[in-house]
Amino acid sequence: MRRDVFQAIADPNRRAILSLLARQRMTLNGVADNFRISRPAVSKHIRILKECGLVVVIPQGRERYVEAKFDKLNEVTDWVEQYRQLWETRFNRLDDLLEMMKQEKKNALEK
Amino acid sequence: MPSKNKVTVTAEPGTQELFIVREFDAPRELVYKAHIDPKLYVQWLGPHGYEMVLETFEPTNGGKYRYVHKDKDGNEYGFHGSFHAMSIENMIQTFEFEGYPGHVSLDCMTLEELPGNRTKATIHSIFQSVSDRDGMIQNGMEKGVSEGYERLDDILKEMK
Repeated sequence: MRRDVFQAIADPNRRAILSLLARQRMTLNGVADNFRISRPAVSKHIRILKECGLVVVIPQGRERYVEAKFDKLNEVTDWVEQYRQLWETRFNRLDDLLEMMKQEKKNALEK
Repeated sequence: MPSKNKVTVTAEPGTQELFIVREFDAPRELVYKAHIDPKLYVQWLGPHGYEMVLETFEPTNGGKYRYVHKDKDGNEYGFHGSFHAMSIENMIQTFEFEGYPGHVSLDCMTLEELPGNRTKATIHSIFQSVSDRDGMIQNGMEKGVSEGYERLDDILKEMK
């Protein structure tokens, strides 16, 4: 099973859990109270988020708190940056080609 | 030497789409021609270090295309799809990587005329799922990294 940041944010419930945790850390039950899906379903999503490194679960007394780790989300931006570079190489080549085409057109007009 | 135009890629987390925007210091008809003339298309589309073979290329509504990227070790990566609307303002096509069959994206490209004989290209890609899109970005990332190193090699060679 794929466990990375993309897997983590692929599900709308997990995105909702993350935006809830963006404001403050919450207990497991506190998170579940905000959702209409079952408690085991919420626990499953939190487990996936944990395995993807986007949240940590901290036991404190009898409660277990869930805290978001947002720096992990930056991975997404970096991947997009690499994808951008692929297109940049491609389009830089297209620039060279367009320069040649412009020159050819100019030469044809001058004839 | 024309000024360097930057590519922007926008991919909001958790969505099925991405946008690629780039401006060119060339009139729209030339940018369009570089997309529909097979002799020109092969010169810029293939990733660096790959031979690009355009097997089928019918850039009209209902036409199809197939191309293969071949690397030095003999690995081949095939891509194919169909063309839909094809005009200087608007090009729509489907795209499928044969190494990941059944996952098809829709690419809509617009070419906008800018003052001074310049052109703005916008590609809007829509994927079947969030993970399809992210997989595509990830795949692009690996190629992007290797290309980055290759470019660095070229620069280092020049410095010698």
